[in-house]
Amino acid sequence: MAGGIKKFVVGSFEDEAVLFPAVKNVRKAGYKIHDVYTPFPVHGLDHALGLRETSLHTAGFIYAITGTTTALTFMTWVFTKDWPLNIGGKPYFALPAWIPITFELTVLFSAVGMVLTFCYLCQLSPFIKKHHFHPRATDDLFVMAIECTDKTNDSELQQFLERTGAKEVNVQVAETGWWLGRYDRDQKLYRDEKGY
Amino acid sequence: MNHQFELPASYKKWTLGLIIAGVAALIYGFIMYHPFAHVSHGPGHGGGHGDVNSTRFWAVLLQNSVFWLLVVNASMFFICVTTMAMGGWQVALRRVPEAISSVVPILGIITFVILMAIVWGDRTDIYHWLDEEAVAKDRILNGKKGFLNPMFYTIVSAITIFLWWFLGKKMRSMSLETDKTGPMDYESGKKWIWKNTVWASLYTVVFGLTVASTIPWLWLMSIDAHWYSTMYSWYTFASTFVAGMSLVALYVIFLKNRGQLEYVNEEHLHDLGKFMFAFSVFWTYLWFSQYMLIWYSNQPEETKYFIERIGTAEKAGPYKGIFLFNLIINFLAPLLILMRKGSKRNWTMITFMAVLIIFGHWIDFYQMVMPGTVKNHPELMPFEFGIAALFIGLIMWGVGRYLGSHSLVAKNHPFLKESMIHHT
Repeated sequence: MAGGIKKFVVGSFEDEAVLFPAVKNVRKAGYKIHDVYTPFPVHGLDHALGLRETSLHTAGFIYAITGTTTALTFMTWVFTKDWPLNIGGKPYFALPAWIPITFELTVLFSAVGMVLTFCYLCQLSPFIKKHHFHPRATDDLFVMAIECTDKTNDSELQQFLERTGAKEVNVQVAETGWWLGRYDRDQKLYRDEKGY
Repeated sequence: MNHQFELPASYKKWTLGLIIAGVAALIYGFIMYHPFAHVSHGPGHGGGHGDVNSTRFWAVLLQNSVFWLLVVNASMFFICVTTMAMGGWQVALRRVPEAISSVVPILGIITFVILMAIVWGDRTDIYHWLDEEAVAKDRILNGKKGFLNPMFYTIVSAITIFLWWFLGKKMRSMSLETDKTGPMDYESGKKWIWKNTVWASLYTVVFGLTVASTIPWLWLMSIDAHWYSTMYSWYTFASTFVAGMSLVALYVIFLKNRGQLEYVNEEHLHDLGKFMFAFSVFWTYLWFSQYMLIWYSNQPEETKYFIERIGTAEKAGPYKGIFLFNLIINFLAPLLILMRKGSKRNWTMITFMAVLIIFGHWIDFYQMVMPGTVKNHPELMPFEFGIAALFIGLIMWGVGRYLGSHSLVAKNHPFLKESMIHHT
């Protein structure tokens, strides 16, 4: 539940082409962008936000070699120490026959490991809830959340966001971490929101 | 910016040097190895040292001509599949594979002459199936007679090389036409792309029926006429395609170093690197599939192929070192080195890996041709490298000629913009 309550100025954009210069200008003005929520992956946005490259593939490599080692050591132990079987007159240590299994386990470990790591990093899981800055961020709006500090002038920042092209601007005080809950049970629909 | 490229003097010097070295090796072989000496019939009969060198002369020519021809031909395959896939990223560097594929007719004629000299010169030491007496007594070869005979071999080889040349020429001329006709509007661009797609698909069908199936059977697998593998043609294709992509990468880097190809950047290099990485792994997949199935079923008529190379548990074969070296530089090195994103975007690293991969697959072809021909007398001497230098020189000459006489950027290609803004 790491995170804590923070104050944000949130701006919603309707167009990618407006979003990119806005991100650039907000960063240039010295504000700290908490995150940008988009309905689909936007090419180059991570670069514009100045995010560092993900280490997910390094994790994937480590999972993969773990899979390779697991497969090879396990099969070696089974077929040479624990229960040697003569299969078609092949040597007990029948490496070529094990390569497909080793390959499959390598792929399995890296795939499953990377999916779980991805979910962990994004805090995606059943029964886990997070604050949504705008429900239409999963539909048709690009939502930028800017973190406020003690020195941030909210109204000035709101005006600044409007000038960069944001259609909707508001201030939200929100929990940045996650909490237990269910989206299907306690979900407020957008049509029930004020101003629909 | 001017996209016309003036070949640097050093390039011309290297081309000339390699061709001279190659011709010297050829003349040396011609005089010393008695290429037209009478051949003893079949394996096991006679076979003095002079005989082996005579065989070696033709085997080396066969290995190099087929390898380099298939490598340059792979460039045209690359153009055609990316055309059919409506690919846009490669357009900025498209003239490079075009230039490489323009060498196909030159190497095609040379290869054809060598193949004909072998087949009609009755080189039973290269192709055992040329020996009519032996075929008559041999049930397996007798059954393959409809396929493995000089007439069929000649006709199929001639048609194949002609089609590679003709369809490749068509693809190149459609691309060059756009330099003259100027920018296209939406309708004419669409029509042009469609015309390209039709010719590219024709080429790809021919490619599938030749490089990916019959041609490796005829030209290379029939060296071991009793043996067969269903993986062989794919294996040959993967080998030459990955070497072909490496050659494209080398030329792209060379031109980039000379300040050309202004729209090519690290993103394009990254994609070429991905091709080199992916097809190295694909090659390994086929290499291993061929090996494991034969190892597993353990049929004497099939294992013979590998016994000739790596030998048995009791006695190592003469090609064991090359066989394992082949696996290290064509699988382990590309896998471990090209896995990282950073190395695929590094110009120096891609240059190094491209040279390594081309050399590796040249060695791969070496161990495909030699065990069935020169048998227990493998040689990797100046003669072998000299003949390789001759073919590299010829490729450099042909590619240089094309690069020097046409614009290096297909500036009116409808997808050029897509290539310019390409990023991953």
